[in-house]
Amino acid sequence: MTWVNVVVQGLLLGGLYALFATGLSLMFGVMRLVNLAHGDLSIVAAFVALAIVDRFHVNPLWTLLVVVPLMLGLGYLLQRGLLNFALRGADPLPPVLVTFGLAIILQNLLLEVFSADSQGLDAGRLENASIRVSDRLAVGWFPLLTLVTAVGVLVGLQLMLSRTRLGRSFRATSDDPEAASLVGLDPRHVFAMATAIALATVAVAGLFLGVRTTFTPSIGPTRLIFAFEAVIIGGLGSIWGTLAGGLVLGVAQTLGAQLSPGWGVLAGHLVFLAVLAFRPTGLLGREVPA
Amino acid sequence: MTVTTLLEVDRVASFYGDFQALFDVSLRVTEGETVAVIGANGAGKSTLLRTVAGLQGRATGTVRFDGRPLDGIPTYRRLGLGIAMVPEGRRIFPSLTVEENLKVGAVRGRSGRWTVATVLELFPALADKRDRPGAWLSGGEQQMLAIGRALMANPRLLLLDEVSLGLAPPVIRRIYDTLPEITAAGATVVVVEQDIGQALAGADRVYCLLEGRVALSAPAAELTRERITEAYFGLGGSRGPAR
Repeated sequence: MTWVNVVVQGLLLGGLYALFATGLSLMFGVMRLVNLAHGDLSIVAAFVALAIVDRFHVNPLWTLLVVVPLMLGLGYLLQRGLLNFALRGADPLPPVLVTFGLAIILQNLLLEVFSADSQGLDAGRLENASIRVSDRLAVGWFPLLTLVTAVGVLVGLQLMLSRTRLGRSFRATSDDPEAASLVGLDPRHVFAMATAIALATVAVAGLFLGVRTTFTPSIGPTRLIFAFEAVIIGGLGSIWGTLAGGLVLGVAQTLGAQLSPGWGVLAGHLVFLAVLAFRPTGLLGREVPA
Repeated sequence: MTVTTLLEVDRVASFYGDFQALFDVSLRVTEGETVAVIGANGAGKSTLLRTVAGLQGRATGTVRFDGRPLDGIPTYRRLGLGIAMVPEGRRIFPSLTVEENLKVGAVRGRSGRWTVATVLELFPALADKRDRPGAWLSGGEQQMLAIGRALMANPRLLLLDEVSLGLAPPVIRRIYDTLPEITAAGATVVVVEQDIGQALAGADRVYCLLEGRVALSAPAAELTRERITEAYFGLGGSRGPAR
């Protein structure tokens, strides 16, 4: 029963990782841009939520109503005003350097405004309430809400990509930006819409992280690495792969931690390395992303 | 009958980095006619079409569409004006289905005769494959889809780049057989071809490019095989650059 519990907790943790990986996966899928500031942007969202909670004393989940639209807008402006310029030409280096620089700027801005203190978002009773399944298995409401939200976000994204005009324009531009411009799509606008949606999911991820655990201005890169691992394990360009990757990473970490408290993160890294070595396309990755 | 100049290319020069692909090229297309641009590999035919579509980075001179200069108008806006291009190599979207490829072509276009239904009527080969990804189509079917995608915008000017490249003669014929229906629906067509016979068959007027310059321009009916061959290979000596 202990092991069942460990796996269940791992799946719940994996929900958070999948949520983190969604935006990274979307941006890479649409424009082949690896956003190294991804983790830091989620921490920005968490701090914005914290500022709102401090000022208005509301449950942090309500701040989603403000933080998500805010990050959506920030995403659009960030892409139009900065990242599109880094994507000109075929050189893969400029986007990496620009987002790396952005990550450092964001960390220092947060440090300047909010100090290096550990912070948390207090969701009240929801944080510790749980459903007792049996003597040795309890499922926390909040981790469950996180997993359900992650699945909801990914299903919504999949429907958007496969059913809507915006989704078609994402896939077309991803396939061939020049041909997309020939059918009347402005790649700069399409990319900006993708980043806007990616940052909206990042906002949700940052907020759930802030409720689940404490955060400081400098933990963004760690979140980036977990999100990266989830995307690679699941397979680049696959929405369901992103969910699977997050869950596998979560289970690997809790299983590792069960064996020895220090092995949790290490076990996640080892699974990631094994996937890279033996199945580089990821669990659900395809040559042609659909 | 009033004759409108739909496309006017006026002394255009075009560059790839330091390499100059077009020198002082002028060309005029009147509404309703079909113009063929022929020339050997590297003569600048594709560059000319890319310049008209706004894909070519550095170009000098003026391109006017329906009397309006296109300077500074990006490719995706030119489609809205009525310029659609079928690029060399077809460039359909491999991960989109046939139907999605067509729908994406209509996003910015004008409304008119061409819809998913009428395009599939024009190319029946695509009709039973409408839910297949573009990547799974044969070369000929991809070419039909690329033309169909461009038609979805109901263009006034349709630019076709190397339609016959890499396709079997019967397939090429089937595709060229649809041109009269496309022009009848109101599109003016500019065809770029290496295959002279194919280009001449349906064209009203012919331009021949040689090493980035116009070596010959004349109504198709007035042309002889010899004059074309001279211009194509630069054998005449009077208009082509000295060798």
